[in-house]
Amino acid sequence: MGVTFDPILAEIRFGCGLSPVVAGPKSIGDMIAQARGADHMATRYPIDSYDIFAERVAAASRYRGIMRKKSGTQAADDARAARQIVRRDAHDAQYRWFWQTMQRRIWTQDGLRERLSYFWADHFTARGKGGILKRANAPYVEDAIRPHIMGRFSDMLRAVITQPLMLHYLDQQRSVGPNSLKAVRKGNRGLNENLARELLELHTLGVDGPYGQSDVRELAELLTGLTFSRKGDFSFRKKLSEPGLETVLGVRYGGDPAELSHIYKLLDDLSVHPATARHIAGKLAVHFVGDAPDTELIAALEARYLATRGDLGEVIGALLAHPAAWNDAGGNVKPPVDYVGSALRALAVPSGAIGENTKQISAVLLAPMVLMGQSWEAPLGPDGWPENDAEWITPQRFAARLDWAMSAPGVLRPDLPDPREFVETALGGRAPSAVLFAANGAEDRRVGVGIVLASPAFQRT
Amino acid sequence: MDKVSMDRRAFLRGAVIGCSAAASPLWTPITFARAHSDNPLGDNRLVVIVLRGGMDGLGVVRPYGDVDYAGLRGGTRGDVGDAIDLDGHFALHPALAGLMPMWNVGQLGFVHAVSTPYRDKRSHFDGQDMLEAGTSGLGGSAHDGWLNRMLQGVSGVQTETAFAVGRSDMLLTRGAAPVANWSPDAGLYGMSAQAMNLAERVMHDDPLFAQALGEAIDLSDGGPGGPGMAQLPQEGDMMGAMVQNMKTARRRGGHRQIAEFAADRLREDTRIAAFSLNGWDTHANQSRTLAKPLGRLAEVILALRTRMGDAVWGKTTVIAMTEFGRTARMNGSKGTDHGTGGVTILAGGALRGGRVMGDWPGLAEADLYARRDLMPTRDVRAHVAWAMRGLFGIEKTALETAVFPGLDMGNDPKILL
Repeated sequence: MGVTFDPILAEIRFGCGLSPVVAGPKSIGDMIAQARGADHMATRYPIDSYDIFAERVAAASRYRGIMRKKSGTQAADDARAARQIVRRDAHDAQYRWFWQTMQRRIWTQDGLRERLSYFWADHFTARGKGGILKRANAPYVEDAIRPHIMGRFSDMLRAVITQPLMLHYLDQQRSVGPNSLKAVRKGNRGLNENLARELLELHTLGVDGPYGQSDVRELAELLTGLTFSRKGDFSFRKKLSEPGLETVLGVRYGGDPAELSHIYKLLDDLSVHPATARHIAGKLAVHFVGDAPDTELIAALEARYLATRGDLGEVIGALLAHPAAWNDAGGNVKPPVDYVGSALRALAVPSGAIGENTKQISAVLLAPMVLMGQSWEAPLGPDGWPENDAEWITPQRFAARLDWAMSAPGVLRPDLPDPREFVETALGGRAPSAVLFAANGAEDRRVGVGIVLASPAFQRT
Repeated sequence: MDKVSMDRRAFLRGAVIGCSAAASPLWTPITFARAHSDNPLGDNRLVVIVLRGGMDGLGVVRPYGDVDYAGLRGGTRGDVGDAIDLDGHFALHPALAGLMPMWNVGQLGFVHAVSTPYRDKRSHFDGQDMLEAGTSGLGGSAHDGWLNRMLQGVSGVQTETAFAVGRSDMLLTRGAAPVANWSPDAGLYGMSAQAMNLAERVMHDDPLFAQALGEAIDLSDGGPGGPGMAQLPQEGDMMGAMVQNMKTARRRGGHRQIAEFAADRLREDTRIAAFSLNGWDTHANQSRTLAKPLGRLAEVILALRTRMGDAVWGKTTVIAMTEFGRTARMNGSKGTDHGTGGVTILAGGALRGGRVMGDWPGLAEADLYARRDLMPTRDVRAHVAWAMRGLFGIEKTALETAVFPGLDMGNDPKILL
């Protein structure tokens, strides 16, 4: 069964939306080749790697140390002021990185890469819970997620599970083997199950997967040793590790002395587990195609996942090769980041429209997204953002989208396009008659552009 | 492959859209509430607060009189520590001290050692789905929330009879019966009549969008929470109006604003309000991390009472419930992991409170669920069902079959005055 490539739907459903200036991919092969190829947008709109970000963590920690040790002295006051600058700088960087992320979406020819980066960043949700780490999400995604979106799932899983932000988010660095050297010496230490549970439930097998509480417990024991240094770098510390073997899903892992390779073995096994294949296949289909995707589509993704032992580029290839993925009958509602991103792209908002003005980024983009239900880089739980259309289009969240569509374009592009042209470029010549009527009949450009962006035809993929 | 695992959650979360749909409910819509006054639910009020993340019942209502408590949680056996003694056996977390005057007049109470029928996997997300679906298991026929199913059986329910408040959607209120969904910081700014006409025309053929727009118009126009459409700010001001509204919400604390919005609605024709409070997943440093959400909960309950005024508060019952309790022992990082039995918090002028209800299972190793969690001795739904029986006159059989399928309500705990 063949698929006829649809260049409009390719941009709307699998890319960042239609642009009046940037050409979209020419074929499915082109989409795959670009996503596998060089990351031009990361070069053009850079975001710090986590190593660079960790320097900020180390600096803040150093200043905190001085403040504590030399409390009451001029040196402590200086350190306090210096730490404040580091914190402010990281705060501003977080806003700039968001704008970089948006600019990647506005100017890319390789929209699939941006969409997959978001998908996997959400699958592996991690966020800082305080201090400077609150700003660390974009560097985490840049390092642990983005290089692996067309690679092996097991490589991404290894990268994520050894990433300091994930260890911090799910409390792994606090988890100590009850019989480890550290617990024996210092006492009053023990396990924390948080990462172990979410690793099985959210990251790999899925909540319906074949695991129980004892697997969670044994896995928590196996994961002890994963931590990070005060400087913010990953480290594996045998002193924290629970001695002996752990049985997870009936397989024995570990051994003495504890090694990181034992944990990698477990991660690799989870990566190719049939339940993981089913879980990932279902999530991809729901995210890209619709809330209730064709079961044959999911089965095809699952089969390709299993056959290639979790080669994600192959799984994406299977998605794009399946006719059900190109069914043009009103797909998902875009989550706020995709909605805002695709509107900016349709408007071809110039880089200078916002620049590095963090107040402007907040007022025009981030604050409205909060009202739409998506606080950037701050989902409520490790399960990330909802997929279900009905969760995004509640009256209050819908009102925020409508308000934004009516007001933000005029701020970002004072030279608003003619709505009669905009309706064609934004919807690729597929505007329903009511939207065409509204674009032609609006009282002014602002309302015309706003109505096009608020229309279900634009809000859905 | 007939049904994939992903489907179930998606099914629970969204098969039924929002509200006002006159769609047919899953069961026969018999009227099981007796009608009194001109409001379909009568004069009493119910506020349901979902505490997301798994509130640590043993840390909030501390059984310090239990001989095994200090061994699990630290401190000295039989010593109340920094908590506030309630009845010689239980003591209240200090972050709820502001509610003690309510306790003293019987307007605050607790049910201990309760849980949903959810067991063993201890997933937040399935746990919350089950709490809100009100079912005995996951993956059954119910893809609506128990609060909505209760309304489905009441004739004459209007959109404003029940309100889901806040920015997020809740399974609890989703379903075929009309429930208003609004956030106090939402509004429709700068839509002229002509723009609104065009918007309605554009949304017309997409039921999800048409529904949302219709309700947004109804709720923002004249609703006290948002500035409403009447103000029509000038073009340049609209962005500012959105941002300003959010800043106000943040400054005043979003939770308090939600409580005040709910209280305002409950003073009018609304009889049921539901919203969520997050932040209960205290895996580490619990002495610090638990106080924050508790402080917010106390502020919410106090704001509800103050804003409602004595007369309406006197007819009100507040139920704050969570998806599960947490481990009996502290974990390795001075926090607790996901558990089973927990606590429901009750408040309100209609409550016969001033007591900790429930059958205490004990905390000896053999008394714990799976040797790790507080053993649930009663279904968390039972007290809620009895509250709805008392507040709205819902028939017991309807509660045990339609609203909470599979529930045995058991003895009447007589929680209302």
